[in-house]
Amino acid sequence: MANHDHIATHDAHAHEDGMDKKRIWSVFFILLALTALEFLIALGFVHHWGILQKGTFVNVIYIILTLVKAFYIVAFFMHLKFEKSSFIVCCAIVFIFIIYFIALMLIEGDFLLGAFQSHPLYPNK
Amino acid sequence: MSTTVSQLDKVKDGPWNGGKSPWNLEYGKIMMWFFLVSDAFTFSAFLIYYGAQKFAQPTWIDADKVFQSIPGIAESGQPLVFVGIMTFILIMSSVTMVLAVEAGHRNAKNEVVKWMLWTILGGLLFVGCQAIEWTHLHHQGFWFGRNPATGLEGDVAIADALRPYFTNDISYTAALQFSNLFFTITGFHGFHVSIGILLNIIILSMTLKGTFERRGTYLMVEKVGLYWHFVDLVWVFVFTFFYLI
Repeated sequence: MANHDHIATHDAHAHEDGMDKKRIWSVFFILLALTALEFLIALGFVHHWGILQKGTFVNVIYIILTLVKAFYIVAFFMHLKFEKSSFIVCCAIVFIFIIYFIALMLIEGDFLLGAFQSHPLYPNK
Repeated sequence: MSTTVSQLDKVKDGPWNGGKSPWNLEYGKIMMWFFLVSDAFTFSAFLIYYGAQKFAQPTWIDADKVFQSIPGIAESGQPLVFVGIMTFILIMSSVTMVLAVEAGHRNAKNEVVKWMLWTILGGLLFVGCQAIEWTHLHHQGFWFGRNPATGLEGDVAIADALRPYFTNDISYTAALQFSNLFFTITGFHGFHVSIGILLNIIILSMTLKGTFERRGTYLMVEKVGLYWHFVDLVWVFVFTFFYLI
């Protein structure tokens, strides 16, 4: 119990340097600005003005903006940036499997797209 | 405790040899992180499957044509506006949650209560918006295992029923997969938000009773905060993959 209390108070102290009210609001405005940018592209450039077309290019922009937003939420709101580096690595490294899974499922999807259209079905009579 | 160090304890002086907390984190907080990592895997699997389906189908539904109403204001022609409001509500409630955590670090009980109340309000508003969105889609004919053309006979009738939701070629299967995955993924996320609201209410009542004040630390607020931010984080991805792309 003594050890627990020691960690808890030390923890609280360490975070006071990390996130104060000013920092919280600046992260909020970054998130708001990134979301607003997504809306500007989706509603403005694509939907109303037709400057950009729906497709790979805008999708890549959306995904990059999403990952940046995710970084700000995890790093600052969830304080991960201020934890010990070994803990950050411990939590983050497993997402290598997710990247691998994305690659696998895209390959799978690509194969199915071709296979469903090019492989005929024969009546079973 | 005895101050003499035995020969056995002397060995334990490196950060990973015991006797010290190498991550300098409280046990419950580490476990919350590990739970969130595993939960992230579940959501990733859902979203990756959605992406793979979309990639495998020759055609897909146009999100701008499915989600284009603002309840009580416009019936159609306004894509992204309503979901934009929902996204804003959730980000806002995430901010109030960090402010509650920050107030907890200063042991300011009344401020924790204030910010927790705002967070709970944000969560309830979000779930309410989600309910309106679901009801709207359900009226259009989308549901688990169902799309607006389900039950119709003949190619022309099916194509006519689905035409409003497609820009390119029309596919019954694509509409059905979209419907299933939309309700499953946003449903699973909504379930997480509901659990989060419940946890927030528990934390709020514990704060009001002075439990954390007596304990001397508001660490519980931080742990539930982690969960709440995770819910916000997942929504960022759901929003991108369902509404933007």
